[in-house]
Amino acid sequence: MSVLILALVVWLVLWALNVWLAGSALARKGVGKALVPLIFGVAILVLWEGLVRGLEVSFVILPPPSLIAAKIASSLPVLWQDAAQTILKGAIPGFLIGCGAGVLVAILIDRSPFLQRGLLPIGNFVAALPIVGLAPILVMWFGFDWQSKAAVVVAMVFFPMLVNTVAGLQASERMQRDLMATWGASYLQTLVKLRLPAAMPFIFNGLKIASTLALIGAIVAEFFGSPTYGMGFRISTEVGRLGLDMVWAEIAVAALAGSVLYGIVSLIERWVTFWHPSQRH
Amino acid sequence: MKDRISQPVIEAKGLNLVFQTADGPVQALKDVNLTINQGDFVSFIGPSGCGKTTFLRAIAALEQPTSGTLTVNGMSPDEARRKRAYGYVFQAAGLYPWRTIAGNIKLPLEIMGFSKTEQEERTERVLELVELKGFGKKFPWQLSGGMQQRASIARALAFDADILLMDEPFGALDEIVRDRLNEETLKLWARTGKTIGFVTHSIPEAVYLSTKIVVMSPRPGRITDLIDSPLPKERPLDIRDSRDFIEIAHRVREGLRAGHHDE
Repeated sequence: MSVLILALVVWLVLWALNVWLAGSALARKGVGKALVPLIFGVAILVLWEGLVRGLEVSFVILPPPSLIAAKIASSLPVLWQDAAQTILKGAIPGFLIGCGAGVLVAILIDRSPFLQRGLLPIGNFVAALPIVGLAPILVMWFGFDWQSKAAVVVAMVFFPMLVNTVAGLQASERMQRDLMATWGASYLQTLVKLRLPAAMPFIFNGLKIASTLALIGAIVAEFFGSPTYGMGFRISTEVGRLGLDMVWAEIAVAALAGSVLYGIVSLIERWVTFWHPSQRH
Repeated sequence: MKDRISQPVIEAKGLNLVFQTADGPVQALKDVNLTINQGDFVSFIGPSGCGKTTFLRAIAALEQPTSGTLTVNGMSPDEARRKRAYGYVFQAAGLYPWRTIAGNIKLPLEIMGFSKTEQEERTERVLELVELKGFGKKFPWQLSGGMQQRASIARALAFDADILLMDEPFGALDEIVRDRLNEETLKLWARTGKTIGFVTHSIPEAVYLSTKIVVMSPRPGRITDLIDSPLPKERPLDIRDSRDFIEIAHRVREGLRAGHHDE
């Protein structure tokens, strides 16, 4: 019981500290900005630990963070092998291929009204296919290794990328296109110097959506067949063995990797679309 | 020099332009006959819907006439466009926000395949011409509206087209900035000797700037009066209080009113 009370007290103290920090001038500076969410995160972990231990919740239902941390520390090589298989070999190649194909097809579609009527509905149809139905079929086609995972990711990220890029290519103003015409610019010049730059905010929107979808796709696809490693494989087998601490460890890795991927895309976005009103400072 | 001045640059004969809209066809231009000579400063004035912008866009091959002939330097507007015969300045500056001011001015030069050194030279020169020297490294959204519009004029001047088409370039600016830019436009015209087509809503602006004023009226868009200005080429701002100026302005106003009556 005392553990529970202690946790609640620490949580309330951290809460009060955060309320004070958020109101003070410190929160607007670099360190303060990072401090508030950090304290919030720590408070949640403390509360979680205290509740689980204090109320004696079964570790199968919810292991305490300390146990998950210990599991992460003791199984780093396994976690790394799984992450390398699922993220580096499955998610990232799939993300790159799917997003690249989405942009290319969007440019083709934009060029030809015929393709616009033909390809957009097909893209729509593929996007509507449930991933849990598609994944086992792609595993049959491309084998148990990472190729089938990348294929699932391609199928997942292609459509959001396509739709966003098609919208982005319409984003340049008529006057800007007229200017290009008065200068006698070719189709390619107009595409490269006006329409693609104008489409960048839309393209990055698509990339951010795709970056989270890619991770989900790569993990879920492993449920339907994989080598004896990989994050999805580990999660499904450890659940069967009631090794919930390992499942949580994989989830923590996945969350971290997802945030890093999203952060990288956001950073590049800020660099590429610095001119857009949403990025100006 | 004398015979160059009398040379026709833009010729419209019996020009008609009909837009197909959801509400049926709209006659934007009806039987327009007009000759613009080398070195003319021609203003098009009239209420909205009178076809003044449409006519300018037709010259730039941004609209296709339905019937009649329109030639630019003896060619079709589209051929002239591909030969880069004109610079076009729109009502808004239309600068690309991802390029600096210098980058925006270089854009048409890149498209037309000028060498790197020539791009630099020309950019420097036109920035000086519109008094934006030192602002080349700024981004458009860091400048005021008037400065952006001057940058867009610099961009239209950079590739040295003989014809400058300006569609209400100062329409969105306040009176004081507008006066300054009008003066600068006249100086620029005197220095470069370009043929300028200028669309405006403002009677004083049209009279102050032009050697030739085309008064137009709407539904269908047509020319109702054509005024050759007797004002001298040298025009200080206070010329607007002179008798000649007031008389021309009066005639323009009458022309606009007449066009409004016989609807």
